[in-house]
Amino acid sequence: MTAAFWTVAETARQIATGQITASRLVDATLARIATVDRELGAFLDVDEAGARATAHELDRKRTAGEPLGPLAGVPIALKDNLVTKGIPTTAGSQILVGWIPPYDATVVEKLRAAGAVIVGKTNLDEFGMGSSTERSSFKQTRNPWDASRVPGGSSGGSAAAVAAGLCAASLGTDTGGSIRQPAAFTGVVGLKPTYGRVSRWGVVAFASSLDQVGPLARTVADAALLLEVISGHDPRDATSLAAPVPRYTAALAGGVAGLKVGLPREFFDGHGSGTIDADVRAALDRTIAMLRDQGAELVEVSLPHTPLALAAYYIVAPAEASSNLARYDGVRYGKRAEASDLLDLYRKTRGAGFGPEVKRRIMLGTYALRSGYYDAYYKKAQQVRALIKRDFEQAFTQVDVLLTPTTPTAAFRFGAKATPLDMYLGDIFTLSCNLAGLPGLSVPCGLTSEGLPIGAQLLGKPLDEATLLRVGAVIEREVGLGDRRPGAIA
Amino acid sequence: MTTLTRNEVEEIALLARLHLEPDELDRMQTDLGAILEHFVTLAAVDVTGVAPMTHAGAAATDMTLRADVPEPSLPVDEALRAVARRDGDLIVVPSIIPGNNS
Repeated sequence: MTAAFWTVAETARQIATGQITASRLVDATLARIATVDRELGAFLDVDEAGARATAHELDRKRTAGEPLGPLAGVPIALKDNLVTKGIPTTAGSQILVGWIPPYDATVVEKLRAAGAVIVGKTNLDEFGMGSSTERSSFKQTRNPWDASRVPGGSSGGSAAAVAAGLCAASLGTDTGGSIRQPAAFTGVVGLKPTYGRVSRWGVVAFASSLDQVGPLARTVADAALLLEVISGHDPRDATSLAAPVPRYTAALAGGVAGLKVGLPREFFDGHGSGTIDADVRAALDRTIAMLRDQGAELVEVSLPHTPLALAAYYIVAPAEASSNLARYDGVRYGKRAEASDLLDLYRKTRGAGFGPEVKRRIMLGTYALRSGYYDAYYKKAQQVRALIKRDFEQAFTQVDVLLTPTTPTAAFRFGAKATPLDMYLGDIFTLSCNLAGLPGLSVPCGLTSEGLPIGAQLLGKPLDEATLLRVGAVIEREVGLGDRRPGAIA
Repeated sequence: MTTLTRNEVEEIALLARLHLEPDELDRMQTDLGAILEHFVTLAAVDVTGVAPMTHAGAAATDMTLRADVPEPSLPVDEALRAVARRDGDLIVVPSIIPGNNS
């Protein structure tokens, strides 16, 4: 079905002009999911009845001549840590099995108001804690470009579903790279907005000072359109920003002539970064040369505290997680273990309900926050975080945007990361953006010799998503994947 | 600097309200030790006079609190629907004091 790879804008246009009904498109999408997802494993729950009902209502509206939203009839998938009224939400964890939320997250309300058809909930590393979706407590999600490889994570289901044409676009969340890294691994566009750009109300909290919701899409223009829909101030999230939402879709055409693009030395020299795979490096070099040809000025900059970002992140994020996840205690919702007293109830419920990586992070966070250790770990990490942010502020006095690889390598094989620390080290290029609260975009910029997608990462000034999207559109046009589609699972 | 003893791991598990099986405690001791080893890089950083960054927004003034006005919220029955054991509008849990369940 060609409609499977229509862009968001094309899908909405086809429906608005009556070329296809929303119901027919939903039927085709659900049929494709039923076939392809058996092997792909992107979805945890497909809301067939809900999707059909929404489509039916949209068709009625169109026939009646009522106004349709910008996403009318567009099939969208949601990472399963975004709460959905009446649709099970697990965050990839056994502890939430059976929970059916009584409300929609703000981003879900906004998508529905724009006419989107929510087709289902996608797989993730439990509570977003992982970089491969291998830490889901339910199942494996495969990379549609190579079924023996991971799709990245933690928004691996959302990325794989978009790459394989099981939805027009999806939402993920990004705490340390969880949108951008799977986007890079699966050859799609992933945008982590500025902290506060998008409401976190109704997002299952992992690390509250780092989490952001953002789009995964097959084109930069689609990501811009989704960002427009989900952004904006929300009175229910005190950290959401009051700044007006620009027309991101109108900012794509400017090109890069005269733009200053910074290349942070520490991301390329192997110093703060470990080794960059040769194919990834070559793709970045081609991207850099192309941007220069297009009239951008490439400037080497320094972010000297980059080598400390990993340690700072893996203190701050687990510390916040250990606090946020205290709510899963078997009392108000979620699974409850049989126990003789209340402390026993908490310990057994959590011991049985959380997977190994979540337990590890809760333990790490509890260690860093406990009395007597707070100054040496959590406070120190927050001070280093301030230094990292300062580095970026300094760099952005010289340049408009920063360009780096999204990941040191392309998608790795299942089980390739032997220890937790090995897995953490793969996040090296993405997490400083979350620490500093900046927007980040991953755009495909080529394939490895093995045919695996490579992502270029753009980092911007706070609230300057428009410039990221503008540069991203040039990368997409000049060195992107074009019509190349994943061939392993389709 | 950061080899964890088995006792420390057990103490953290209690603080974290996690029941861990003996093999999980073993693995935790090894894994956390290796991760904490990596954090050593932070110890040498001079952060004299650097204020800890507690918020990711551009400034604390980015925080917008809404007016303190009561608004409709989830009905009690909706909010309690996922509770494992309830008695009317109350949530039933085991005794706080061990051995005191009636």
